[in-house]
Amino acid sequence: MDRAGARVIRPPAWLVVALATIPIAALALFYAWPLATLFAETLGTDAVADTVRRPTTREVLWFTFWQAVVSTGATIAIGLIPAWLLARFDFHARAVVLGTLTAVFVLPTVVVGGAVLAVLPESIERSTWAIVIAHVLFNIAVVVRLVGALWERLPTDLGAAAATLGAGPWRTFRFVTLPLLRPALLATASAVFVLTFTSFGVIRIVGAPGTRTVEVEVWRRATQLGDIAGAAVLTIIQLVVLGLVLGAAALLQRRWTIALDLAPTRRRRVRTTRERQTVGVVASVTMAVVAIPLVAMVVASFSSPTGWTLAGWTNLDGGEIRPGLRVGVDSMAAITASLRFAAWATLFAVIVGGLASLAIAATQRAGRLLDVGLTLPIATSAVTIGLGLLITFDAPPVDWRAEWWLVPVGQALVAVPFVVRAIVPTLRAIDPALLAAAGTLGASPARAWRAVVLPMAGRPLVAAAGIAAAISLGEFGATSMLSRTGDQTLPLAIESLLGRTGSSLQAQGYALATLLAAITVVLMIAAERTTDR
Amino acid sequence: MTAAVTDGHAVRADEIVVRFGAQTVLDRATMHLAAGEVVALVGPSGTGKSTLLRVIAGIVSPDAGRVVIDGVDVTTSPTHRRGVGMVFQDNQLFPHRRVVDNVAFALQMRGVSKHERHSVASEWLGRVGLDGYGQRRVQGLSGGEAKRVALARSMAAAPKVVLLDEPLTGLDRDLHDRLATDLAALLRDTSTTALLVTHDHSEAATIADRTVALADLQSSS
Repeated sequence: MDRAGARVIRPPAWLVVALATIPIAALALFYAWPLATLFAETLGTDAVADTVRRPTTREVLWFTFWQAVVSTGATIAIGLIPAWLLARFDFHARAVVLGTLTAVFVLPTVVVGGAVLAVLPESIERSTWAIVIAHVLFNIAVVVRLVGALWERLPTDLGAAAATLGAGPWRTFRFVTLPLLRPALLATASAVFVLTFTSFGVIRIVGAPGTRTVEVEVWRRATQLGDIAGAAVLTIIQLVVLGLVLGAAALLQRRWTIALDLAPTRRRRVRTTRERQTVGVVASVTMAVVAIPLVAMVVASFSSPTGWTLAGWTNLDGGEIRPGLRVGVDSMAAITASLRFAAWATLFAVIVGGLASLAIAATQRAGRLLDVGLTLPIATSAVTIGLGLLITFDAPPVDWRAEWWLVPVGQALVAVPFVVRAIVPTLRAIDPALLAAAGTLGASPARAWRAVVLPMAGRPLVAAAGIAAAISLGEFGATSMLSRTGDQTLPLAIESLLGRTGSSLQAQGYALATLLAAITVVLMIAAERTTDR
Repeated sequence: MTAAVTDGHAVRADEIVVRFGAQTVLDRATMHLAAGEVVALVGPSGTGKSTLLRVIAGIVSPDAGRVVIDGVDVTTSPTHRRGVGMVFQDNQLFPHRRVVDNVAFALQMRGVSKHERHSVASEWLGRVGLDGYGQRRVQGLSGGEAKRVALARSMAAAPKVVLLDEPLTGLDRDLHDRLATDLAALLRDTSTTALLVTHDHSEAATIADRTVALADLQSSS
């Protein structure tokens, strides 16, 4: 085995270097440099002291923190119920429930925000509660996936052992299951905390006017008040807070990790009538909680104070009164802009992510480094990425702020990590013996690589393109920072429409949100189908 | 709940039928244990011995038949209300609890104070030859030690019957024989009613008062 491992044929070094050049250059130019500029231009200036001393900074930080804590707690408490159901039982609609929860997680934030807005009564539709509800809805899938992955492998006999010792279902959960799930719960809590702490789209859509998280405040300072330095300081504070929280979580994680004899996944068929009832009720309630807001959003797109209407779907030019002057938003223009940006962002993301994946899969340690480097943009918020680009490329010779391609570059940065995730596992799974076989047939390592690896990269590349397109179509944070007047994308148009009064504007906003949701789901399903085949 | 059945038997399993899909695992199996009796149930592996044990414990619900413990029909009672103790083949110790908290678990479920349950648990650890092991983590235990902890855990709250599912399988010969002798002594000293499932006839002879073959309990065989 050892000898075989050592003699695996790898593509030659020059090829790996050539593959990695473009991704590394892109990462350095559009991520590392902007982030460094962000630090360099703000640290040590008066802006730091000014921002720290400003009372609103403390208010914004405190609000961001507690709404994230409440959102995380609520998400886990509620998400544990479907997580238990899906981890422990095999039933007919299992795939449907899991698929629906996952679909909500991949929907753009403005769509989930719009759905919550559509379903909530007027008294709380723009409030902190609406924010928490949207965060829960959005992130239930994280609990189901991360906690469920451990839960379905906990030996069921541990629960049986607890029962023979006199523990009923609730106490078995409290004294045995919950403590054993702690590592997964912590990982879930960290992930959901980061997602809700840096929440932007949801806050802008369902938050009460003036509700500001750090992200919203960064956007407001940079784009509305022109206080770029203040915005930059806030992004740094946010990075520090998130770094501390994740560091503490990593320390706890190490202490809480318990060596477990995990069982192979064995979900139980529903047997007794009582089980059937429990599973039926939990599955139905889960589906209702997730689907009702989305249905409400579709219904709202056909609603007007006087009854049903198609106006939200037909009035796509936004009620142009005179050429160039309209009461609403030009939907057609937003759709066109979105498609154009998404096409370019997809192209950028697939080129950078695809080349990076080939390089990562062909190497060991160096590849992992590139992998981590390309994942960093996920850990940095989209608004921060946008701000970094904004302040870095603002003076000659790199005065690129007005360039049309800066928006798709920002979107591509957000999408690249997902592209890499979609491609690398397939490439890593290629049997090295195939390369060796090509070698014995007289192919040079480079030629063997071209004949074996490249053809197999095609399918995951197509899937990755679908994912990248879905992400850039729904991208809101970076686009909000980078987009200029006249280049409004769908998410921006939706936010703007839902934020205004007037039922016809609202209906139009819901129609666009429905359209965006449909496109996203279709792209994601197509991507998954491509990978599975 | 249900009419009491008083005939002197501590445990009765009557006409138990269990089917997994199309396969009939237990076909009207019947077995009775007198109070204080230790019975070994023998038979080749995969024939449903463990399933019968699990039916008595309430972990598997039978398709037909009746389970009576101490005169009470418990067929529809959940496991935690049956008052059974069980030793699993792979112990199933709680990995997040120290040894003493594993042994004290049943007492904790009964609301016994921490001080008292720890003192009872320590006493039981002494009885199974593990004095001073209370504060250890279960992951560091040897196979024989873990088995002794599992045994102490199952008996610490004085269950009405102890169910032993291949408790000594997989231990090396020396350890196996020593544990078998200790187990026999412990069950006798405490007058515990116990049902032992094993495929090993000599083990059955060492531990049990009486040995029955599963095949003899079923109607169709």
